[in-house]
Amino acid sequence: MRRVAVTTAPLDVAVLTAEAFAAGAGAMATFVGSVRSDDGVTALELEHYAGATDRALEAVADQAIVRWNLASATIVHRVGPMVPGEPIVFVAALAPHRQAALDACAFMIDRLKTDAPFWKRERRGVDARWVEARGSDQAAAARWHQPPLPEP
Amino acid sequence: MALDLLYFAWVREAIGRDGERVEPPAEARTVADLIDWLAARGDGYARAFADRTRLRAAVDQRFVLLDAAIAGAREVAIFPPVTGG
Repeated sequence: MRRVAVTTAPLDVAVLTAEAFAAGAGAMATFVGSVRSDDGVTALELEHYAGATDRALEAVADQAIVRWNLASATIVHRVGPMVPGEPIVFVAALAPHRQAALDACAFMIDRLKTDAPFWKRERRGVDARWVEARGSDQAAAARWHQPPLPEP
Repeated sequence: MALDLLYFAWVREAIGRDGERVEPPAEARTVADLIDWLAARGDGYARAFADRTRLRAAVDQRFVLLDAAIAGAREVAIFPPVTGG
């Protein structure tokens, strides 16, 4: 099962978690990203490329489903204005065993950061600044291009 | 041939619009050629496209390098590196 969504509504993490878990499997790993209040950030705005975003998220989820043989993959991303503490993104992977669930969850959030067309703008009072892409995000996504390590 | 352009984030802000329909010249064969042609249109465009290393693009909603061909394309998006998640 694949569920991807982009929404302007606040994310209800408890509901999203319960819905993902209902797919049934031995192990579920989830990731929730939230708005940080770093350096006095008072609000965050998320812009996206409607149409292309869904396709990019579907591609990330489908790759995870195939690579880790998942029972289900969920990616829900919020867009629009939000404030520190609010969830931005929810990712869940369900698999028969924990390692596949954990790896697939990490893969999806790492790849989402470099492959999906979202842009963040931070507000600090009246100042607004577009967030710069980070090289560390590229490196985190690139590690999944490596062939899997042989079993010890 | 008419081509729909979309701009996002600070590219959109520098240009002052989120998109437009254009008729690029036949010599504009790649996204980079298209950017060269657009950059000559005025201050906002020149500012948005000053540093090509900070630009990314999609042709018909597929992410491409700037040397990608635009022949037959209906929609080209130009934007900064993505920062979601």
